[in-house]
Amino acid sequence: MKNLKLVAAVVAGAMMLASTSAMAVTIGFSQVGDEGDWRPAFSKDMQDSAVEYGIDLKFADAQGKQEEQLRAVRAFIAQGVDAIIIAPVVVTGWDQVLQEAKKASIPVFLADRDVEVEDNSLYVTRISADFNLEGKLAAAWLAAESKGSCKVVELQGTVGSAAAIERQKGFQAVLDQFPAMEIVRSQSGDFTTEGGKQVMEAFIKATNNLEGICASFAHNDNMQLGAIQAMKEAGLNPGTDVLMVSVDYVPAMIKALEAGEANASVELRSAIGKFIYPVVLDYLEAPKDLPKWIVIPGDLHTAK
Amino acid sequence: MNTQQMPGSQNQSSFAATLRAALVHNAVWPISVLVLILVVNAIVAPAFFSIRIQDGRLFGSMIDVLYRGTAPAMIALGMAVVIGTKGIDLSVGSIVAVVGSVIAWRIKEGDPHLVILFTALAVGIVCGMWNGLLVAVLDIQPIIATLILMVAGRGIGLMVNLIYGGTDPSFESELLQGLSVGNIGLIPTRLILFVVIFAGLWLLLRRTALGLFIESVGGNPAAAQLAGIPSRLIKFSAYTISGFMTGWAGIILTADVHTSDPVKVAMFSELDAILAVVIGGGSLMGGRIYLGMTLLGALVIQTMVTSILMSGMPPEYNLIIKALLVLIILLLQSNNFRAAVIALLGRRK
Amino acid sequence: MAEPTSYRVEMRGVSKTFPGVRALDSVDLHLREGEVHALLGENGAGKSTLIKILTGALERDEGSVLLDGKPVEVHTTAEAQALGISTVYQEVNLIPTLSVTKNLTLGRQPTRYGLISWRKARMMAEERLKRLRLDIDPERPLGYYSVAIQQLVAIARALEDDTRVLVLDEPTASLDAEETELLFQIVRDLKAKGIAVVFITHFIDQVYQIADRISVLRNGRLVGTASTAELPRLKLISLMIGRELEKLGNRPVRAADDTIGAPALEAENLGRKRVMSPFDLTVHAGEVVGLAGLLGSGRTQTAKLIFGAIKPDSGTMKIASKPVGHFSPRGSLQQGLAFCPEDRKADGLIGELTVRENIILSLQAKRGWHHQLSRKDQDRLADDMIKALAIATPDAEKPVGQLSGGNQQKVVLARSLVSQPTALLLDEPTRGIDVGAHAEIVALIRRLCTEGLALLVASSEFDELVAVSDRIAVLRDRNKVAEIAGDEITRENIINAIAHR
Repeated sequence: MKNLKLVAAVVAGAMMLASTSAMAVTIGFSQVGDEGDWRPAFSKDMQDSAVEYGIDLKFADAQGKQEEQLRAVRAFIAQGVDAIIIAPVVVTGWDQVLQEAKKASIPVFLADRDVEVEDNSLYVTRISADFNLEGKLAAAWLAAESKGSCKVVELQGTVGSAAAIERQKGFQAVLDQFPAMEIVRSQSGDFTTEGGKQVMEAFIKATNNLEGICASFAHNDNMQLGAIQAMKEAGLNPGTDVLMVSVDYVPAMIKALEAGEANASVELRSAIGKFIYPVVLDYLEAPKDLPKWIVIPGDLHTAK
Repeated sequence: MNTQQMPGSQNQSSFAATLRAALVHNAVWPISVLVLILVVNAIVAPAFFSIRIQDGRLFGSMIDVLYRGTAPAMIALGMAVVIGTKGIDLSVGSIVAVVGSVIAWRIKEGDPHLVILFTALAVGIVCGMWNGLLVAVLDIQPIIATLILMVAGRGIGLMVNLIYGGTDPSFESELLQGLSVGNIGLIPTRLILFVVIFAGLWLLLRRTALGLFIESVGGNPAAAQLAGIPSRLIKFSAYTISGFMTGWAGIILTADVHTSDPVKVAMFSELDAILAVVIGGGSLMGGRIYLGMTLLGALVIQTMVTSILMSGMPPEYNLIIKALLVLIILLLQSNNFRAAVIALLGRRK
Repeated sequence: MAEPTSYRVEMRGVSKTFPGVRALDSVDLHLREGEVHALLGENGAGKSTLIKILTGALERDEGSVLLDGKPVEVHTTAEAQALGISTVYQEVNLIPTLSVTKNLTLGRQPTRYGLISWRKARMMAEERLKRLRLDIDPERPLGYYSVAIQQLVAIARALEDDTRVLVLDEPTASLDAEETELLFQIVRDLKAKGIAVVFITHFIDQVYQIADRISVLRNGRLVGTASTAELPRLKLISLMIGRELEKLGNRPVRAADDTIGAPALEAENLGRKRVMSPFDLTVHAGEVVGLAGLLGSGRTQTAKLIFGAIKPDSGTMKIASKPVGHFSPRGSLQQGLAFCPEDRKADGLIGELTVRENIILSLQAKRGWHHQLSRKDQDRLADDMIKALAIATPDAEKPVGQLSGGNQQKVVLARSLVSQPTALLLDEPTRGIDVGAHAEIVALIRRLCTEGLALLVASSEFDELVAVSDRIAVLRDRNKVAEIAGDEITRENIINAIAHR
């Protein structure tokens, strides 16, 4: 039954797209792939809001491969789209294809991740969340909540990933302002629930049931959810005994916040079409120099 | 196993001879490394050894090792069986992903949870049979045959998640979580489950002739065929057993965090499983299945992981430390390396 | 041909010793210009050692080699090539996935500006093919062509303009009759060009078809060189086997109450193309049938066809009067037929497993995986066999790979005996076994026979066959050529049957 409905929806959507394409602005969007919870939601929102804005969106999934992505961008150029949005797979290797886009007078916007190019004018702007800011927001909330005195355990994301590095830096930058706040333990939970659970289990044993620990900061919600499970299984009360703050604001975390098992989560918006499309459409109407990075604010949500 | 005489062995003391005899046994090296890790732990983090009863269950890092080691050990045991046929199963991590996504999906669909338990096992078994079909019937090389499911499996998991939207793959299940994170008396349920499955696997391999047949097929396929053993069927069954064991691991891992994460769950678990088999003295050339030694290998790896987590070392060092420890074990197991060391020591005397 | 004053190749007093083995003992080999010279001998006679010394793959210990009258020292195969001595080995040493052109030019690709010129390479390949009058497309992958063509391509690769000596090591082993004739035509061409061709083979008929002269090696010594016309088959075979015909032992006297029972094995028109010509063979309960023939005559193939290890493409089989439907080792075993293979390393033992496990393997396979023999039964069977066959092992739990050769052979034999067969195929049951054990096994075969077992024994040791057999099937060049029974069973008659055409 469900599948039938799905097919019907897809067909209806395709027909709508076909009917609007005659006059609408055409934008090519090259997405990284569909890993994790966040990215598929991001893709879906980009497609849904394109309909709202009356944009004819050409969506290409690069399946995590840059060569796939380069091919997609060249196809967009060949089709003569009005603008191209890229969520880059990697940061380097973009100069050539961006030159081609520039030659074809097609403006390029970056979503989510950054690129490194010699000539910054090759893309208009990057519109994305700021991992560093997310770390700062989490730390600022924690400083307020603990009155500037708190021993923190940290669940890091995958070692070496941009999100893990920047969230750690932002968090630490704020902590440095408060002499009584420090990270006492830090380990990688690989952004997974299971990893977060296993790391928290070890922390619990290593710190004699989180004695003297006032907060757990996780680089994403999945790990924090795992940490909550580990604490509950050890007879601790997450959210009460220990402050729980993390990043993402996924549905399961919303439930945890409602249940009082977590205290705060910084939203990594997946519904960011409404932030991206206006910038692109305004630029197409009246091209002007934009700052090279437009930050999408990540709101901090608390239990209340 | 190997009784080759080492150079210069005649003029050594009888103590050295006894020692060398003891060193001949496979178990010595993984056990000594295990002891070494534990000794380091005792110095760095004495809390590692404290075990107490909390909320009616055993609680402590040593328990964590067993607890966290359960799923990897199940995968490793399946791997040991496949490696016994001179094969390899790279798809185990992906099978865990598929099993997990099917569990989340069927729970959303409202199936009775006991039915889901069997569905999940069936999914694991079918995945194993698929590998078996490719290897045993179509004669595709095991590394390639299982690579197919390794690549496809996580994608299949994502597609299954999409069936119900996939935005919130978390679920609650008393039965499955009970199996995974519950406890019976003081003992975690999954440990009891593991003992039962291990005993079952041992009986299947050692109290029927299946183990002997698998080892024969792995040791010398031509001779096994002439001795009247149906090699294809035997290989097929080995991959099916691996699927079954991995299915159980999938159930435990998925119910542990009661969510499905097909992209990242059990990432690289195939490598840890192969490593466990090798640390346990198994040869990738096939011909022998060491269940107990594989279990020991899995235990060494998990002790290593838990120790690193407990140590408070920056996470950037995790992989390096793990690699170094594995290197040490494998060097100790290498006859050539030991002979070289003994020759070097002998010269200095 | 009159005795010429000079030879193309003269190998004089060549000796070679490997640790523990005198592989060649002062061997002379003289090759004339434009002759086909057959080099014959059973396994281990020293043929390949001699050839390897000629082609530079091995260094000789003593002796000298003269090429066109001048002493030469060859240390590598490349040096031999440069002197005009080329070799084509039994297994085609080419790469089937590459094109004929690439195979022919590999390692000596013509270059242009430092890069390979495939145009020139192709011309080079075509020229080489033309030399052998081979009309094939050089751009096709080698594997596309039949084994015979591949064999010829290998010769094309080996042949240079200045080739003086060409060694063909069992070139016809995997060819059928027509393909062999094709090869021989080309060999005759080469001969006409003055090349000395050394032809190593096990096929006696082919020797008489193509060779001008024959040299026979036995146990590292040259036992004779003669022109083909002057060496009758009978003489040739006795040279190869050794010992003089008149010294042969007689058949042992059988017990009077020997009774031969119902047919246990009946093969009718059983065969497979390129492996063994169709043959009929019956073995009765309580009877030992010998399979006699020289190396390469098809003894092992016959046994494997009967056992189902090689699937026949013609004929039928009955085991204990029940037709065999689906040929497979497992099926045969379940119908009561057991097989003890010749090559125990490759086909017999599972080296990692213990003596006990190896011994019970076939019986266990027959019972199926779910009816495991109890450990007690396993131990008893293994211990019984270790005692009965005097297998020298400290205990049944030793990995079989660590036993000596003879004891390994006994373990394989034990495995077939333990499977409780009604008929047993033994392929070279005494190979690599010391004299004492040899006698034991011969006695055991007779004992098993009197217990009602049907036995088919393939062996290259004719004396052994004479000693144990009630009937002997004689094979030559993958054909069954004769059956000898009763008092006719003598060594002379076997040799006559092989030699007779």
